[in-house]
Amino acid sequence: MSRILAKRRLSEEVYRIEVEAPLVARERKAGQFVIVQADAEYGERIPLTIADADPGRGSISLIFQAVGASTHKLAAKEPGAEIVLLGPLGNPTHIERFGWAVCVGGGIGLAPLHPIVEALKAAGNRVTVISGARTKDLLIMQEEMQALADEHLVVTDDGSAGRKALVTEPLKELCGQSPKPDIAVAIGPPVMMKFCAEATRPFGVRTLVSLNTIMIDGTGMCGGCRVTVGGETKFVCVDGPEFDGHLVDWELMMSRLKSYKKLEDEAHERCHLEQAAERLAAGGAR
Amino acid sequence: MSDLSKEALAAGARAALEGIEGKALSPKDRLALPVQDMPCQDPVARGQNMHEVAQGYDEAQARIEANRCLGCKNAPCVSGCPVRVDIPGFIAEIQKGDFAQAARVIKRTNLLPSICGRVCPQEGQCQAPCTLGKSLKSIDKAVQIGRLERFVADWERSSGAAGAPAAGHATGKRVAIVGSGPAGLTCAVDVRRQGHEVVIYEAFQKAGGVMVYGIPEFRLPKELVRSEAGVLESMGVRFELNYLVGRTRKLRALLAEDGFDAVFIGAGAGLPKFMDIPGENLVGVFSANEYLTRANLMKAYDRPRAATPIYPSRRVAVLGGGNVAMDSARMALRLGAEEVHILYRRTREEMPARAEEVGHAMEEGVVFDFLSSPTRVLAGADGRCEALEVLSYALGEPDASGRRSPVAIKGSEKVLPYDTVIVAIGNESNPLLARTTPELKVDRKGHIIVDERQKTSIERVYAGGDIVLGAATVILAMGEGRRAAAAINEVLQ
Ligand SMILES: Cc1cc2nc3c(=O)[nH]c(=O)nc-3n(C[C@H](O)[C@H](O)[C@H](O)COP(=O)(O)OP(=O)(O)OC[C@H]3O[C@@H](n4cnc5c(N)ncnc54)[C@H](O)[C@@H]3O)c2cc1C
Ligand code: FES
Repeated sequence: MSRILAKRRLSEEVYRIEVEAPLVARERKAGQFVIVQADAEYGERIPLTIADADPGRGSISLIFQAVGASTHKLAAKEPGAEIVLLGPLGNPTHIERFGWAVCVGGGIGLAPLHPIVEALKAAGNRVTVISGARTKDLLIMQEEMQALADEHLVVTDDGSAGRKALVTEPLKELCGQSPKPDIAVAIGPPVMMKFCAEATRPFGVRTLVSLNTIMIDGTGMCGGCRVTVGGETKFVCVDGPEFDGHLVDWELMMSRLKSYKKLEDEAHERCHLEQAAERLAAGGAR
Repeated sequence: MSDLSKEALAAGARAALEGIEGKALSPKDRLALPVQDMPCQDPVARGQNMHEVAQGYDEAQARIEANRCLGCKNAPCVSGCPVRVDIPGFIAEIQKGDFAQAARVIKRTNLLPSICGRVCPQEGQCQAPCTLGKSLKSIDKAVQIGRLERFVADWERSSGAAGAPAAGHATGKRVAIVGSGPAGLTCAVDVRRQGHEVVIYEAFQKAGGVMVYGIPEFRLPKELVRSEAGVLESMGVRFELNYLVGRTRKLRALLAEDGFDAVFIGAGAGLPKFMDIPGENLVGVFSANEYLTRANLMKAYDRPRAATPIYPSRRVAVLGGGNVAMDSARMALRLGAEEVHILYRRTREEMPARAEEVGHAMEEGVVFDFLSSPTRVLAGADGRCEALEVLSYALGEPDASGRRSPVAIKGSEKVLPYDTVIVAIGNESNPLLARTTPELKVDRKGHIIVDERQKTSIERVYAGGDIVLGAATVILAMGEGRRAAAAINEVLQ
């Protein structure tokens, strides 16, 4: 079990936790993820990309959005509590000196993008970062990105920060420049990654995406994470998590993500009711 | 399998026992004793619960069954057992009523009898060559060795007599075990007995391998696996859970930096095979590993306590004919499916599953569609699995080996409605360790290559179980774990 060292709420739904995991902190590379579970007996296993690591402190940082019952349970854990944590999993991002790299991060996707930007910079690339979110509050890792990126473009759906646009707009503009970017990396909600891939396709800019599918073991044992890429079945946990965005069967991937939508909504609802009941009970006792 | 209740079976056995008490039995008397059926939960009732189906013999049943054994001098049963348990020896102790001694005899060679008694394919191993079965012209009438083994192990556990094997004097040597399935657990015990320090690394949050994530509660209660792991802990074996060797730490680093003197790899098969047919990645299609892991390890049957969801199914098709297929089908029924079919390309005779499990599945209402195999998974309007296109087969002429292989019947395709498909056609070797340890030699199928003493291509690294054999059995995995332990103990002398 791994101990939570610190917790910070980054916005209404987004949390950053620092977890004690010395071996993971030492081994992890950009692009890798961990699987966490709020409790070993009944918890659900969820994959989270590593946002940052501190080998000196022996800890890693995870950023997640409390969207369902399991992420809410995780968000409810306070420093000192222990969680199940396995990693680092998946293949590290292939980093080389590409030349010019455009990195697009949508919402929570900015967290896993961070170590990749860091590694691309360290390898001597010129890096342009496009940070996007629904609204200003949901923009995370902005200081870090600002410090790392050669150019940093910010967009929000509602215009509350940066330009009022979708991330695909500046992405297309950059691809239209001459010379065009040598590589694009897009991490965010599946729809965003899909449209980023569509945006770069006509320009022939290779586009890496990082898929966050449903997972159980994260070791290649169950096949629950499988996707179709270029007509072939791939296991995201061992063959990925990064793939060529132009080859991913997005419809299938998104449909698989929603496999348990109905059950999850019910569980989420129940979780809310329970929390409300607990609050009431606590209030009553006072 | 019997229609009689546990009580009725026990009463019958008690009556038979009175008849033979104090008598010296001739072989003829033994042949005449009734084979003892396994008391089971009622098929309708058990379809609604996760409790163990087979309830085990009581003392009277065990003693009658034991008295059927002729105690053959040449003991053909022993040669059928992969770990050579002294079968006539332990059965003789049951005949005498000394169950504690019976347990000691078994444990000389088999460390996990409560598990093996439940899951070994006895009809193809120890019970196949049994003289009694041969004399009575039916393998079903062989001495029920597995049931007796289970009785002894359960008796020992509930009597509190089961002690942990003693760890030897500390040698200062350290051994790392990768994987906590039967191969790893067995190897750990034997190495620890020698006094070496042992750490077991396990990727999952619980120890036991397939015994906790694959084989369902209704066939192998998890409490048993937990108590076996507890025995190891009491011997001083340390478990490091949530630790994936190859990722959390490289195999090489265990030897080079972490001070281990030897490593045993018992990482299991663990890479599910799919059929490679169109539509196989649709929502509603699962590997048996995923389906069973959700249900067993993650306890998805225990909603709402468990957070892991399981797919709500009405009509389920399970593809395959082994234990994994039986477990998946029976699990789906218990999770509320209305109709569950097993699609198998051959016939019942060729099914590799344990006979008892096939029988139990049939009693519970699983439908068997023999000589059929799917060609496509079809999606409905919502993009999810809605139907299977299935092709029928006929058995062809026997080939050189005398086996009649199935031949597709052209034009026999039918489209049948299924909202869930569970693929249970086997596992290949998980490539993770080989990929992260380039010096580790594997064969074309990804199985780790070992010599006759289980040594791999790397010095001081041994391997055994499914990662070497391909998907095999608990007892074979244990046998390999033992052999590796013997080799490790020798090297570390
Ligand atoms: C559903 C099902 C039903 C079965 N029924 C029967 C039956 O009735 N009778 C029978 O005899 N056999 C049965 N089998 C087969 C039997 O379970 C296996 O042959 C046996 O468990 C193999 O043992 P093992 O020790 O080699 O590996 P496993 O039991 O597979 O254990 C391997 C363990 O290693 C862990 N691991 C893997 N890689 C790593 C790593 N890199 N680092 C750390 N840990 C790792 C895994 O998480 C796993 O826990 C069944 C199998 C299944 C799937
Ligand atoms: S999560 Fe199970 S195989 Fe990838």
